[in-house]
Amino acid sequence: MRLSRWLADRWVMIVALLVLGYLALPILVVAALSFNRPSSRLSYDFNEFTLDNWRQPCATSDMCDAVVRSVQIGFLATVVATVLGTLMAFALVRHRFRGRSGINVLIFLPMATPELVMGTSLLALFVSAGVPQGFWTILIAHVMFCVSFVVVTVKARLAGMDRRLEEAAMDLYANEWQTFRRITLPLVLPGIVAAALLAFSLSFDDFIITNFNAGTTVTFPMYVWGAAQRGIPPQVNVIGTAMFAVALLLVGLSSLRGRRARRANLLAGPPGHLRRSS
Amino acid sequence: MTGMARETPAGDLRLANLTKRFGVFTAVDDLSLTIEQGSFFALLGASGCGKTTTLRMIAGLEEPTTGQVLLGDRDIARLRPYKRPVNTVFQSYALFPHLSIFENVAFGLRRRGIRSVDDEVTRMLSLVQLDGYGNRRPAQLSGGQQQRVALARALINRPQVLLLDEPLGALDLKLRRQMQIELKRIQIEVGITFVHVTHDQEEAMTMADTVAVMNAGRIEQLGAPADIYEFPATAFVANFLGQSNLLAGEATGAGGGDVAVTAHGTRFSVPAGRSRADHGPVHLGVRPEKLILVGSADQVPQGHQHVTGVVTDASYVGVSTQYLLRTGWGTEVSVFAANSGASERVPVGSEAVAYWDPRHAFLLPRDAADTDRTSPVLDEPVGAPS
Repeated sequence: MRLSRWLADRWVMIVALLVLGYLALPILVVAALSFNRPSSRLSYDFNEFTLDNWRQPCATSDMCDAVVRSVQIGFLATVVATVLGTLMAFALVRHRFRGRSGINVLIFLPMATPELVMGTSLLALFVSAGVPQGFWTILIAHVMFCVSFVVVTVKARLAGMDRRLEEAAMDLYANEWQTFRRITLPLVLPGIVAAALLAFSLSFDDFIITNFNAGTTVTFPMYVWGAAQRGIPPQVNVIGTAMFAVALLLVGLSSLRGRRARRANLLAGPPGHLRRSS
Repeated sequence: MTGMARETPAGDLRLANLTKRFGVFTAVDDLSLTIEQGSFFALLGASGCGKTTTLRMIAGLEEPTTGQVLLGDRDIARLRPYKRPVNTVFQSYALFPHLSIFENVAFGLRRRGIRSVDDEVTRMLSLVQLDGYGNRRPAQLSGGQQQRVALARALINRPQVLLLDEPLGALDLKLRRQMQIELKRIQIEVGITFVHVTHDQEEAMTMADTVAVMNAGRIEQLGAPADIYEFPATAFVANFLGQSNLLAGEATGAGGGDVAVTAHGTRFSVPAGRSRADHGPVHLGVRPEKLILVGSADQVPQGHQHVTGVVTDASYVGVSTQYLLRTGWGTEVSVFAANSGASERVPVGSEAVAYWDPRHAFLLPRDAADTDRTSPVLDEPVGAPS
């Protein structure tokens, strides 16, 4: 009786914790294995605790090269896709032109197409055009599928923005550029940042499309895939855990900043503090 | 449109043959009017009548299809909004959510390259009674406070004309009354021309020196609130600004200072000075509060005119009692009797007589197909059968 009541009050919480555990378990395994000294190359048992993997993450030098390459490609693809995608989102939301609704549909195409299909067709394109596969073809492919996500993310933010804010700025003596710089950009920026983070993570872990267009270049996901055949070095887990930690840190920082800003706003009251910016 | 109208004093705002079309829809139709410098001008109309479009053309947020917007002698109709000495208080305030109240108010000054803004912003915030709120964000303020920030943000630039687009629409009734008085006080204090757009006739009459009643992209009537109310120019104005009882009749010509009217078989007369037509189909109009309800025709004083009927409804609304009197021909006339204790209440179902002083009546030209109009009509059917 009392137990059923206790359960009735808390079952949602219990289910939530179970789901959370389900989500976190693989990550915990990766984290644990990053401190493992495997007994043999193909063994995934937890054998012995060690910090060696963390002390020498680049013990297998191919892997670190692959990580560096993936970060380079991810960074470049993010920058290019974010700039192009943001411009495109502005065009689609702010301007009426012929073919606009067609483009709105086409934007979803790279998201809807199976990666396998996109990878092979890109390969066919590069081969027939005589473009040698490698770093640059990977970059072109990544920019292509990232742009869609950037456009959709920025568009949503932009569509939700009140046009009257820009009208108000123009009414208050801001010319077109100042209006963009002072009002539009700051208000759309959260959407652009979100889009950039999404683009980076998409690029960093893409395997299928990359694998078709990489030539002899090896990215981190491709390295892991190749290594899995002959036994994954424990350092892979170190990279995985480190990536996870960085992501967690970013999320934590942004939520902390949000809370601090809210707190500061609530406490702000008496005059005296006059901010200057120009 | 004589030679005199050519000269515009330096600070007057003049709209000349202003037209705005959106595709086939004409939002503003050949509008011409002059707004005197330093006056409080209200554009009054139902939604969709073109009043906001007119305001946006003055602000520069909409380009006129044809026509001029003259500030003094300068045509500003094609200038970008940031090149005009005009500022706007937007309907939803449009405060910048990412900037503090201080920065919101300072925005216009900073864009014009003014470095030291602290004193001016502080002075403005205290004008709108928001001292000490500079560090907050717009979202932390109530609707009334946001409204005042929007006002301060516009006024700090000392525009030649301040435009207000339904600025009090989002506030509750009590706060709205308070802000009406506040706005009027500020307008007198700063002496800037205010052009106020509203659909609330009471708001327009309370605040404005001059009211323009707009309908379907045109101005139906322009004048001081009392003049428009007491002697409306059209049936639309008569019922948009307060209520009117409009009886359909035929004017049979002027004589001896009066215009004779026959309506529903009864003869009435209206002073020539209060008649906008002296022959043909007319509306004889009387405001409900100008009607006095008595028990029988014997009680009607000399020189007054009356209609008889049966009281079908009496609503007690505190300051007055509002009666509906069904006349012999079936139209319900509304009568407001002040609850001043001077008259007795008339029970529903009893016969009664409503009388009025002819000097309080007015005569308007009428479309031949138009019938009696006795309640406020906003979207009236055209040419309803009689």
